[in-house]
Amino acid sequence: MNIDELAQRAGEWLSGTGPQSDIVISSRVRLARNVAGFPFLSRASESQRKELLRLLCNTISNTPIGSRVTFFEMETAHRLDRQVLVERHLISRQHAGGQGCRGVAVSEEETVSLMVNEEDHLRIQSLRSGLQLGAAWDEVGRLDDAIEAQLDYAYHPRLGYLTACPTNVGTGIRVSVMLHLPALKLADQMHKVFRATRDMHVAVRGLFGEGTEALGDFYQISNQTTLGKSEEEIISAFEGSVIPGIVKYEKRARELLVNERPALLDDKVFRAFGVLENARAMSTEETLALLSHLRMGVNLGRVSEININTINELFVQMQPAHLQKLKGEELTPEQRSVIRAETIRKRLSRDN
Amino acid sequence: MLCQRCKKSGATVHVTDLVGEPKELHLCEECAEEEGIRVKSSVPINTILEDFIKHQVASQEMSDLTCPECGTSFLTFRQQGVLGCPHDYEAFDKPLTSLIAQAHEGATRHVGKVPNKASSTQKKQHLVIKLRHQLQEAVEQEKYEEAAKLRDQLKELEDK
Repeated sequence: MNIDELAQRAGEWLSGTGPQSDIVISSRVRLARNVAGFPFLSRASESQRKELLRLLCNTISNTPIGSRVTFFEMETAHRLDRQVLVERHLISRQHAGGQGCRGVAVSEEETVSLMVNEEDHLRIQSLRSGLQLGAAWDEVGRLDDAIEAQLDYAYHPRLGYLTACPTNVGTGIRVSVMLHLPALKLADQMHKVFRATRDMHVAVRGLFGEGTEALGDFYQISNQTTLGKSEEEIISAFEGSVIPGIVKYEKRARELLVNERPALLDDKVFRAFGVLENARAMSTEETLALLSHLRMGVNLGRVSEININTINELFVQMQPAHLQKLKGEELTPEQRSVIRAETIRKRLSRDN
Repeated sequence: MLCQRCKKSGATVHVTDLVGEPKELHLCEECAEEEGIRVKSSVPINTILEDFIKHQVASQEMSDLTCPECGTSFLTFRQQGVLGCPHDYEAFDKPLTSLIAQAHEGATRHVGKVPNKASSTQKKQHLVIKLRHQLQEAVEQEKYEEAAKLRDQLKELEDK
């Protein structure tokens, strides 16, 4: 598998098949781990980073998924290739833009990725479509066990797994669920979500995590607390109350739009549809906003001629690095806007 | 209870105004906002941590702390937000403990996964901590049947 092949596909997590996928885009669980006997990365020498990368790549190769992963070294990878991995949520922005010896192992189906030498020595993540935190945790847990059988993690009897930043200490777990909340946004009700999540000690972030804006009405909800609760407690709180609570808000907002403001709803949806079908140049931001409204229209049955998978795919394919991969060359922002509009027009007319 | 102001939505904001004549207000969120009542907004935890790290008035003793294993000073940690090596958790134990508690809803102890390789005494210790934690939760949620079961399990473990 190489990045060019990756860029042509939609990725399992965007297949739109998981439970509650009309509102829950994806579920992610990641564990932060460090190898005992090494300093954290801020203090690691280049030769120690190299050693860690070699050690962890070997260890990953010897796990049950070892034969089904592909390794990418960040230092030698092309800027566009790194950007494709970010756009597919397989690595963080920090990892793409970081320095020094570092890499990532990605499973064939793209449900698992293991970042080596990011903020911690190892970050194991599982990403699934829809609300599937349990499955994601099982997968990450098994992989963690298979790695731990081969080496010693930095672990403290009282504090648990030791991480470079004390905000991750203990379980080292970060559970994030990506939600599509266009109706709450349209009804100007997002403050309800912010208020509820603050009380539950969970964070709301944008499409690409920390410090990013909520483009296209996508919000990532993630846990803040990693100590004093077990992994299962954190996951069951998310699956049992945090996420269903927000999903219920969004459902209610959608019902209200359908029942009480159908003209406003259809106006938003069909304006978006019209622009997407006809525009000749579009920025990433504009496209995300319009695709978001169209997606809501399809999910609510206002638009029947477009397949939801088409929209899910476009969310990935319209991003800058993906477009450039599609064209096979580097493009200026203006060129990208034109290609983006063209790609979308073609793709939508295929469904129509 | 209906909002006193719009008399349409349910009142979810309850305020007792103590300035002047004491009076009680029951409003919906929208009206409360229009009345200029700020519903208590807790600050995100990352901000707390950042503030804590950057602005904590460190005593001389704390600023002098340096990890003997990796040479990172507590001051450097405060500036960068990341630790130098696992041993820093021991070396900076005092100031870190309160910081960790602030970042994790007051928790100071891990109750989650234990490496398979951990010694059996360590595993037992963890199980006891985990059960105690669950027991406390069960009592708080008034799940007494579950609490009784957990208490028996704990006793059995401690008798071993």
